[in-house]
Amino acid sequence: MLTDAMRDRIESSDFPPLTRQQLLDSLGDKEFSEEQFEEILEAVQNEFEETRIEPLEAVGVIAAQSIGEPGTQMTMRTFHYAGVAEINVTLGLPRLIEIMDARKEPSTPTMTIYLSSEFNEDRDRARMVSWQIEAAPLHEFGDITTDMENMQVLVAVNQAVLAKRKISMEMIVETAQKKIRDRRHYRDFEVEADPENHVIIFTPKDQEKYQNLFQLAEHVRNVIVQGIDDIERVVVRKESGEYILYTEGSNLKDVFEVPGVDTVRTRTNNISEIAQVLGIEAARNAIMAEALATLGEQGIKVDVRHIMLVADMMCMDGEVKQIGRHGIAGEKESVLSRAAFEVTVNHLLDAAVANEIDELNGVTENVIVGQPIQLGTGDVKLVAKSRT
Amino acid sequence: MPSPKRIGKITFGLLSPKEIRTMSVRKIIWADTYDDDGFPYPQGLMDLALGVIDPGLRCKTCDQKAADCPGHFGHIELAKPVIHVGYTRLIRKLLRVTCRSCGRLLLSPDEIQKVSLTADDELGGEVLTEKDIKKERACPHCGELQLKVNFEKPTTFSEVLLEEGRKSEHKLTPADIRARLERIPPSDLRLLGINPDVARPEWTVLTVLPVPPVTMRPSIILENGQRSEDDLTHKLVDIIRINQRFKENQDAGAPQLIIEDLWELLQYHVTTYLDNEVAGCPPARHRSGRPLKTLSQRLKGKDGRFRGSLSGKRVNFSARTVISPNPNLSVTEVGVPLSIAVEMTVPVRVTTHNLEEMREFVLRGPERRTLRDPCGANYVIRPDKRRLRLGGDNLETIAEQLEPGYTVERQLRDGDIVLFNRQPSLHRMSIMAHRIKVMDGKTFRLNPAVCPPYNADFDGDEMNLHVPQTEEARAEAAILIAVQENILSPRFGGPIIGGIHDHISGIFMLTHDLRWFTKSEVLYLLKYGEIDHLPEPGRIDEDGTPRWSNKQVFSMILPSDLNMVFRASSCVNCDECRHVDCERDAYVRIVDGQLVSGTVDKKAIGAFDGAILNRIIRRFGMDRASRFIDDVTKLSIRAIMIDGFSFGIDDEDLSRTEHGQIEEELARAKDDVERRIRIFEEGQLEPMPGRTPEETLEMQIMQVLGKARDRTGEIAGRHLGLGNSAVLMAVSGARGSMLNLTQMAGCIGQQSVRGERIMRGYEERTLPHYRRRDRGADAHGFILHSYKEGLSPTEFFFHAIGGREGLVDTAVRTSQSGYLQRRLINALQDLKVAYDGTVRTTMGRIIQYHYGEDGTDPMKGSFGDPVDVKGIVESVLKEEV
Repeated sequence: MLTDAMRDRIESSDFPPLTRQQLLDSLGDKEFSEEQFEEILEAVQNEFEETRIEPLEAVGVIAAQSIGEPGTQMTMRTFHYAGVAEINVTLGLPRLIEIMDARKEPSTPTMTIYLSSEFNEDRDRARMVSWQIEAAPLHEFGDITTDMENMQVLVAVNQAVLAKRKISMEMIVETAQKKIRDRRHYRDFEVEADPENHVIIFTPKDQEKYQNLFQLAEHVRNVIVQGIDDIERVVVRKESGEYILYTEGSNLKDVFEVPGVDTVRTRTNNISEIAQVLGIEAARNAIMAEALATLGEQGIKVDVRHIMLVADMMCMDGEVKQIGRHGIAGEKESVLSRAAFEVTVNHLLDAAVANEIDELNGVTENVIVGQPIQLGTGDVKLVAKSRT
Repeated sequence: MPSPKRIGKITFGLLSPKEIRTMSVRKIIWADTYDDDGFPYPQGLMDLALGVIDPGLRCKTCDQKAADCPGHFGHIELAKPVIHVGYTRLIRKLLRVTCRSCGRLLLSPDEIQKVSLTADDELGGEVLTEKDIKKERACPHCGELQLKVNFEKPTTFSEVLLEEGRKSEHKLTPADIRARLERIPPSDLRLLGINPDVARPEWTVLTVLPVPPVTMRPSIILENGQRSEDDLTHKLVDIIRINQRFKENQDAGAPQLIIEDLWELLQYHVTTYLDNEVAGCPPARHRSGRPLKTLSQRLKGKDGRFRGSLSGKRVNFSARTVISPNPNLSVTEVGVPLSIAVEMTVPVRVTTHNLEEMREFVLRGPERRTLRDPCGANYVIRPDKRRLRLGGDNLETIAEQLEPGYTVERQLRDGDIVLFNRQPSLHRMSIMAHRIKVMDGKTFRLNPAVCPPYNADFDGDEMNLHVPQTEEARAEAAILIAVQENILSPRFGGPIIGGIHDHISGIFMLTHDLRWFTKSEVLYLLKYGEIDHLPEPGRIDEDGTPRWSNKQVFSMILPSDLNMVFRASSCVNCDECRHVDCERDAYVRIVDGQLVSGTVDKKAIGAFDGAILNRIIRRFGMDRASRFIDDVTKLSIRAIMIDGFSFGIDDEDLSRTEHGQIEEELARAKDDVERRIRIFEEGQLEPMPGRTPEETLEMQIMQVLGKARDRTGEIAGRHLGLGNSAVLMAVSGARGSMLNLTQMAGCIGQQSVRGERIMRGYEERTLPHYRRRDRGADAHGFILHSYKEGLSPTEFFFHAIGGREGLVDTAVRTSQSGYLQRRLINALQDLKVAYDGTVRTTMGRIIQYHYGEDGTDPMKGSFGDPVDVKGIVESVLKEEV
């Protein structure tokens, strides 16, 4: 049995937390003798020492190969239904390329919104939070008619919808008019609310042309009066005992401000947004999580350490940088290395004017001039003395 | 040995006209190359002072022969300056940010202060940009009013004059531009990120053109004896011709118009000489109409100087041929055809210790007729570096001369270490070191178990072989690159070499359930392994014949103190595991090297999974593991031959009942689909949230038909048991899946394009065989038949559509993932683990403080864990954890 003394020894050892936990878990309910315990600890110690990474190992190349090689086995299918049948997500190779490209916006931004405890147990309460998030255009709140005779656009607001969505007429009038002016850059109109008949009347300033009326009608129909503009759709789903919101479209900052959202667990697949809102460390973890999920979904096993290295490299300077010409590879110090990658001639011409100096530290540079590279066995500086 | 010289650094800068003239050995003035006798004109483009390419001639500058002369630059004095195309953007910027009369930067000292404070001067480079200078202003230094500078591609600059409110453009000649650039003071240039000591901006306007040595633009002599000049020479001829004409016209005082035309022509030729792909400039063409390959084109792109010749190099001592399998070889070996072994050599230095042996090699010479002949030698290198070819009558004389200090280039023989490679080399296991086994035939032979790391098959694949030429290279090959050192993949920390295909079927057939073998059968099975004694028989028959169980036979190749428990790939994850009593025999238990229960299959010995393999590597080391792979592959090949294993058309036969059931199932699915379509057409379909009714219907149909296909598979699977080869292969994980069998025996199922039913084709229908707007299953690519039954004509079309998508997918994917890999490698190649455990670039920047946060080597760790705790506890406690 695992005695307290043994437990202490495991817990105070130098092993990584994972190994300690595994030891505790696997020995927890087993019968074994003192000697066997010692034997196990010694074997673990030995294996731990053996599995240390060796100095001068070219970990970068290994990481690059480990991520690049399975690329050939991945599918190209852009759309896949992940978990939620209703929401499309880019997966496979295109998604992996997207992550490494550090795109400003993924081709299919989605969020997984967790709710705080008072909202996540009940579908209706979760739905209430989702009303605050899902972008709802005005036409969802009632019928919109264009009155050509009086040059007006009439919105007959449906009271049932208002009650369901917990929003008042005044709020709708206010946001609609503000959003049409600010977001849609259309200013030449006036609004009047008729609370008794539940009608909102929009009138264009220029009464001469029908074109204005139709333009206004279009704006009125589509103006977002409730929810967050970028989030086009929200799906409520029950998963492992709680209600979770899945969204199409992403806006981390605004979602965080919605009451009822659990800001700790909520996540988005838009990495640059995470970098802006939560900082570079979070972005680095997001790159890892996204890359790992993309590879894992395709059934490809890749050690986290490789992805970690790529993520660290991308986030090294405090901003998310692309793997490629406009990021890491393009900002290298070595002229020859950059010239050997892409846009050869321009790099050489610019280097001449700026009087750049290539110190020949990197791999490509040394291959180009034909001398040993400073990695692995090429970096061991050891010269045997001859016996004479 | 003195340490080899290292190039410390390379500095980049511009050549000044002065430098060009000093490094030039000849001023070139004649556009012609050779005279009628085929001798180069002096002061022509092929002047002997520029280096020699014809054998026999000597260089006039260095007096060396063609092989040794590196070539020398000449120069052309241009009649008027011309702009260097590569620097047009720089020139534009400089013209816009400096004063047109005094040349100073268009910023007052205060403004300069402000700008350089905000700029990140630590990074150097571009400190000031055009945006820092306001448009339309007067020079703060001399008060001159500035004009707008227009730039027109490729090389035209002009100023915009405002005359009486009308705009008019005034062209700037390169000479004007040069004069303006000359006026910019050095202190201002530094602010612009230009080092005036090595790169005065006016040097970007060329007054003198360097003529590259003949050695970098050699002419080729065609079969008919005609000379064909290099593209660069052609271009230089054009330049000189125009330049001479320009000079003549200038001296003769030709009208301004003609001068301008000639100037532009000269500019065009110099431009295309530097870069023949400039936007807005027709490329210069060869007589045949092919665009010329000029300086930029030589450097650029995949086959350019940088990527084609400098980063990647051609090598000697390499061989390439088709590969074929040979299960009797060890995984660490490679079979090499005799004809290749005879051609390739290993240099051996003659010492007092091996002098006699070397003499024998030399005496045997290059001839070697049969495999049994000992290896000979092809060359001998004397201490004065002279290389003597062996052969004919010189063998004995050379053998006599042999003494320490000579080097003998010996032919390949069994046991030599070589590097073996298959492209695309996507990971480091694509190049591994094997030991040679010289063989008959004309192909490289390898054990099929090493196919996964190379991603090789035998449908005509070719592979390359390289013979390391130095002792250091051979040592690295044996210690780091050898096959047994690369059984584990650094990608996920599991074995990547292991049994494939028939190895798995064979070992599955051997170890499944319980069987008893007689002594002769056991010996037949283990004939190739290194087994020296048999264990006690597991049982003795009534007539006294001793018998060994199949599990005993397998245990004989296991290390004696291996303990482990796992579930085979035939395990179906029952709700309650019956452990040793598993009806599928999927509970594998090994105690002290004895297989107690369970079937050995893909999970145990396969590449990528290989639980037994993985445990052996960790407990007993790489060498034991490679021996185990050899033993297991040989044993399984023998085992599969006991019963025999084949697969044919009648293996998909189903009885009439099954056919009836399948038809019934498909009919039911069809009805269901029709019912749903009716509901949809009546407008009664309740759409899923956020979907249109059409999308909802499509999803439902896909679901129904998918289920129907799976059911037909189940029906077929019920009929076909483990006695069926396809089922056996699918269950053991050797090849294929139950889906493949379903499609062969049951029903092929829905064909799709982009994850949806096939919708494209004719107006409102896929094929003319159907009515318009038919939403039925068969009208949109559902294939009712199986591969065995054969497809109807419409089904055949749909199948081709679905199949084509797969082909396109593969083609696109290879190029995309190849580029992703190139970018990844380029971004990460300079990273290494420093001695203190941090990850740094070769420049010394720290990327991670502790590699992977725990310093574990992903290859040595167990599937990502730093220590295989489960394995250790299992082998100590000898029970399942």
